Amino acid sequence: MLRRLALPAATWLMLSLPALAETVSDFRLPNGLEVVVIEDHRAPVVTHMVWYRVGAADEPPGHSGIAHFLEHLMFKGTDELAAGEFSATVEAQGGDDNAFTSWDYTAYFQRVAADRLDLMMKMEADRMRDLEMTEEDVRTERQVVLEERSQRIDSDPGSIFSEQSRAAAYLNHPYGIPIIGWRHEIEQLDREDAFSFYRTYYAPNNAILVVAGDVDPAEVRRMAEAHYGPLQPSANLPERLRPQEPPQLSERRLTFTDPRVAQPYVSRSYLAPARQSGAQEKAAALTILAELLGGSPTTSLLARELQFGERPRAVWAQAWYNGGALDSGSFGLAVVPVPGVPLDEAEEAMDAVVARFLEEGPDPEDFERIKIQLGAQDIYSRDNVDGLARRYGAALTTGLTVEDVKAWPDVLQAVTPEDVMAAAREVFDRRRAVTGWLMQADEETSQ
Amino acid sequence: MMLRLTFALILFALPVRADVQIQDVTSPGGIHAWLVESHDLPFTALEIRFRGGTSLDPEGARGAVNLMAGLLEEGAGDLDAQGFARARDGLAASFSFRPSTDAVAVSARFLTENRDEAVDLLRLALVEPRFDADAIERVRGQVLSGLASDAKDPTRIAGRTFDEKAFGAHPYGSDGSGTPDSVRALMRDDLVAAHRAALARDRIYVAAAGDITAEDLGTLLDRLLGDLPAEGAPMPSRAEWRIGGGVTVVEFPTPQASVRFGHEGIKRDDPDFFPAYVLNEILGGGRFGSRLMTEVREKRGLTYGIGSYLAPMDHAELMMGHFASSNATVGQAVEIVREEWRRAAAEGVTAEELEATKTYLTGSYPLRFDGNGPIASILVGMQMEDLPIDYPVTRNAKVEAVTLEDVKRVAARLLKPEALHFVVVGEPEGLASDG
Repeated sequence: MLRRLALPAATWLMLSLPALAETVSDFRLPNGLEVVVIEDHRAPVVTHMVWYRVGAADEPPGHSGIAHFLEHLMFKGTDELAAGEFSATVEAQGGDDNAFTSWDYTAYFQRVAADRLDLMMKMEADRMRDLEMTEEDVRTERQVVLEERSQRIDSDPGSIFSEQSRAAAYLNHPYGIPIIGWRHEIEQLDREDAFSFYRTYYAPNNAILVVAGDVDPAEVRRMAEAHYGPLQPSANLPERLRPQEPPQLSERRLTFTDPRVAQPYVSRSYLAPARQSGAQEKAAALTILAELLGGSPTTSLLARELQFGERPRAVWAQAWYNGGALDSGSFGLAVVPVPGVPLDEAEEAMDAVVARFLEEGPDPEDFERIKIQLGAQDIYSRDNVDGLARRYGAALTTGLTVEDVKAWPDVLQAVTPEDVMAAAREVFDRRRAVTGWLMQADEETSQ
Repeated sequence: MMLRLTFALILFALPVRADVQIQDVTSPGGIHAWLVESHDLPFTALEIRFRGGTSLDPEGARGAVNLMAGLLEEGAGDLDAQGFARARDGLAASFSFRPSTDAVAVSARFLTENRDEAVDLLRLALVEPRFDADAIERVRGQVLSGLASDAKDPTRIAGRTFDEKAFGAHPYGSDGSGTPDSVRALMRDDLVAAHRAALARDRIYVAAAGDITAEDLGTLLDRLLGDLPAEGAPMPSRAEWRIGGGVTVVEFPTPQASVRFGHEGIKRDDPDFFPAYVLNEILGGGRFGSRLMTEVREKRGLTYGIGSYLAPMDHAELMMGHFASSNATVGQAVEIVREEWRRAAAEGVTAEELEATKTYLTGSYPLRFDGNGPIASILVGMQMEDLPIDYPVTRNAKVEAVTLEDVKRVAARLLKPEALHFVVVGEPEGLASDG
């Protein structure tokens, strides 16, 4: 019955997927380096990325921000390159380079003409084991990171609020600390912290090489063996066991008031299962649940119920699911009320929508439309080979495999309304949630 | 040893050419478009620009074009907002309508399989928007919410303050989204008029890339755009630059001050544009290794990022920059920017800087053409800048032709340290408004 509503488009999309199957191959070097090659010959460009299975959630206690700080310091020198020379060399090749850090990974990338891949590998392999930096480098770069923290977090009450909410969401897991680090701990990070972290985690047996673009997998293998092959694995690489959450038995609520808040809102974040290798069904159901509840700003259930109608109560209403994490995902809801609607009323209205959904289940037409969109997303995403490279890197550093990534579109298409309802009943448990109100200084609570 | 290898590669590495075949398409109805055909993926990216943008707002209706553009997808033809969104999502098409100072940009992506239905739907949004009363109130509320947030965002305050001081009552001097008061006062008639003024065939630029032939594109364009009015509103007048050198401090409680700085720039069709472009890249191109990044971030740790850029707009030319720095250090950072301006204006750049930057610019240019979406977007931008269709193959030669003497001459002409104005939003120590 579900299928009937949009049969022509849906049928076509299903049929077209196998023909488009991306050319992805993978192998492993004897020293433990995992390699993924994504072929796309439309433009003579290559993206070269090295992902380390280490991020903010792997930091030693009291040293928050060291994973991100080290990411900055990786652009200083090595035994072969002077400080700043790495990026200068990439640019001299007409390329761009940068890096990013998350809770579960740290990644470095260059985007260059495909015939410059060999040089990128040579340099990236060099800084995997031979980083060098002076005390002066460390002092100056720490100031840069403190300015970055001011810019990203401290200048924006919404970001401070998110940081506080996240800290409250985890009772024990280090997912509660900010990636950039707490200011008082960033201020204490030193050269030895950085080197100790580097020596432990930056090694071929803790890294994934992703090469995407106009390349031949056999050539990539030859180059990877030449440059990364000789690197020694880390001998003291710890098993990736972070402190886990105990049963969460008590709902957490917080308010944050700041004179710089212009638009108050309420947000709620529930702990949720993450994508699991070989068992992505629940994550797929939660992905569709988030779309149904708060994906489209027009047709999602929250938008329809709160932004439309006789008396709209919200300027925006959203839901999201993040399942790309090693230990635990999250499911979120947020409502930005229209002027005159207090936050408690906004929260009640949000909960009423969820409660009704739990009783009535998804609208079949909505359900089918979302599947069509997710199917097409798979086609559109192939236009962006950078995005594909990131997808594989993020998956492989959060416990998934190449096969899991390839299977994901089919897993999504196989989700039934019953799966979505089962996932919803499991995730919507206020004892495992943080609810926050972001408020203006003069905001009155009507509680 | 590493250095030698790098050097050898630079000498031997001829930059790859931007190898895209651009077709010049004219529809039976006379609409021009540039097309890059690519049948690898079963979809098309379509980019449309209507020149004029929010600067077409008539006096007393600031924010009309912005609100109008926000309403195009909120009900059209026989579909209300919900019906339109369901139809679009059911086809897995995506449309976006983005008003800016000089243009209304329309980006669309649709599958080959249901291209005709997707185009009919996009046509409804462009030609027959409904401007229903409830949709107007809903989107007006979203615009007002955004304006309220902007009013407390130091970066936005810095930008708005700079624009006001630089351009006064010209549309360039105010936010295209309007003010809370002007947006509250907009009536349905203002939106209908804005639609009639801004979306017309006499100001249209089109590019497409993907799974479509020239013939099909021609047919598509007539159906999509043929029913738009032939002529829209007259373009705004030139925006006169009204701000001198100095500092304007806007007090705002924040630990880190946000700074916007700049002075007049250079026209896109000026014979010196390429030397100016290369000069800016060296001075403040936003990458590691630019002079501003080196002096303010790498050597002293005063900021997370600093950059400058040329903005040759339709009715004025700007050279602008921005950064954020703690209240205690922002004064020092401002002084360094001034000093770098003075140094480059007086001495130009070094031969090494020029060579490295040319290699970067010529090498990175072809890398931009990597996908239907980016290609369509670049092609429509070229048309807006009045560049010839063979520009992608001639562009690198223009960069290569820039000499040290060119850069020195243009630095002396363009960079005016005494004309630089800094708007600083925060609680800066040791900085005060002086003009």
